[in-house]
Amino acid sequence: MDALIQNFFNLAIYREVFPFLLRGLWTTIWLSLLVIPIGLVSGLALALLGTQTRHRWLRFAVAVYIDFFRSFPPLVLLILIYFGAPFLGLDLPKLAAVAIGFMLNNSSYFSEVFRAGIESVPGGQMEAARSTGLTRWQALRHVIVPQATRNVLPDLVGNGIEVIKLTTIASVVALPELLRVARDAQSLVYNPSPIVLAALMYLALLWPLVRWLSRLEHRSRALR
Amino acid sequence: MGDTPVGLDQFVFTFLNAEVAALYWRDIARGMGVTALLSAAVVAAGLALGLALAVLRSLQVRALGWAVIAFADILRALPPLVIIIVFFFAFPFIDLSMSAFTATWLALTLVLAAYAEESIWAGILALPPGQTEAARSTGLSWWQTTLSVILPQALRLAVPPLTNRIISVTKNTALGSVVALSEILNVSQSATSNAGNPTPLMLGAGAYLLLFIPVVLFARWLETRWQWKR
Repeated sequence: MDALIQNFFNLAIYREVFPFLLRGLWTTIWLSLLVIPIGLVSGLALALLGTQTRHRWLRFAVAVYIDFFRSFPPLVLLILIYFGAPFLGLDLPKLAAVAIGFMLNNSSYFSEVFRAGIESVPGGQMEAARSTGLTRWQALRHVIVPQATRNVLPDLVGNGIEVIKLTTIASVVALPELLRVARDAQSLVYNPSPIVLAALMYLALLWPLVRWLSRLEHRSRALR
Repeated sequence: MGDTPVGLDQFVFTFLNAEVAALYWRDIARGMGVTALLSAAVVAAGLALGLALAVLRSLQVRALGWAVIAFADILRALPPLVIIIVFFFAFPFIDLSMSAFTATWLALTLVLAAYAEESIWAGILALPPGQTEAARSTGLSWWQTTLSVILPQALRLAVPPLTNRIISVTKNTALGSVVALSEILNVSQSATSNAGNPTPLMLGAGAYLLLFIPVVLFARWLETRWQWKR
């Protein structure tokens, strides 16, 4: 029991490393606030492209893109980009590598969610909107996409939570987000308390979101 | 490296170098074996544990229900990489050392179990209560009802979310590279730094596609085939 407190919940060490970990937490938060909107926008664009185009080959290309990046572990993608770029003569900053990797990976996931949402809106909606004189683009923007988004809101939130958790892989390329900072602190104090503290901070950040997601899912099931 | 990039020859020499590939492909094939074995072990144990937890929750014992919910919440809130690192780097300090394989397997199994429990539980909730009542009124016991009436239907409902979760959790086996588990990513990374050439990384990427594209396509097929007809 003593060993557990000494090594996992060492308050003296908690106090010492807390300011550093807090800075890491901020990095995690703004990194999420950077990559989630990029993923949402590019995912929606892909979904619209895939569902609205009349060109069969374009539809096919979108499906291939999505399956390709769904088959690729995000960490592998990140490492390929980060360690591969110098061999191409590119000097890619860490943040750029992380943003590109996340965009490729997240756009495919978010586009699958948006596609399901768009397909859940009955075809009559588009016809009715067009018959009131809206252009196709206006109908998508004001009629179809808002309904589609509402229908898949729980999945969008769920995906967003996954992305926040995924920012931990940025630690592998030494971007100083929460996990990275905690591991650096651990090797300085030679005690795993900082990692446990980081886990508690992740829990504090994400548990409310997970609870919110559960409620959203429950409500959307009740509506059906 | 390359001062002025890059002709096609240069690109091929750098990223698809046959000599380097010949040197390291065996290592990467072994890594593929580790990834496949780990994935299979995670899926089997994770689904079994998730199913057991969902059944436990449906016993309607309040304390048990809370325990299952807390487990599922925590395991869904923590990033898997954090769990792996806690198991591998923190547990030895309290005399609970485990190998990189065990740490990765255990972490991913617990995560998959949490999601599986939620999906199966949602499937159970989606069934009309008349199902249980009708089954019980024919004289089936609670266990018989659960096993032969409720679970078969609930599992069918849980298939689409489960397939997605299985894909993402098996891809997370790559996280094992962080604790030096010799799966595909780790093997191809160390080969890349030994060779001073990224060809092994490209081979590793190819190995993942080889392993996971069939899984993604199979999941798509399963989802359309098992779709609930309303």
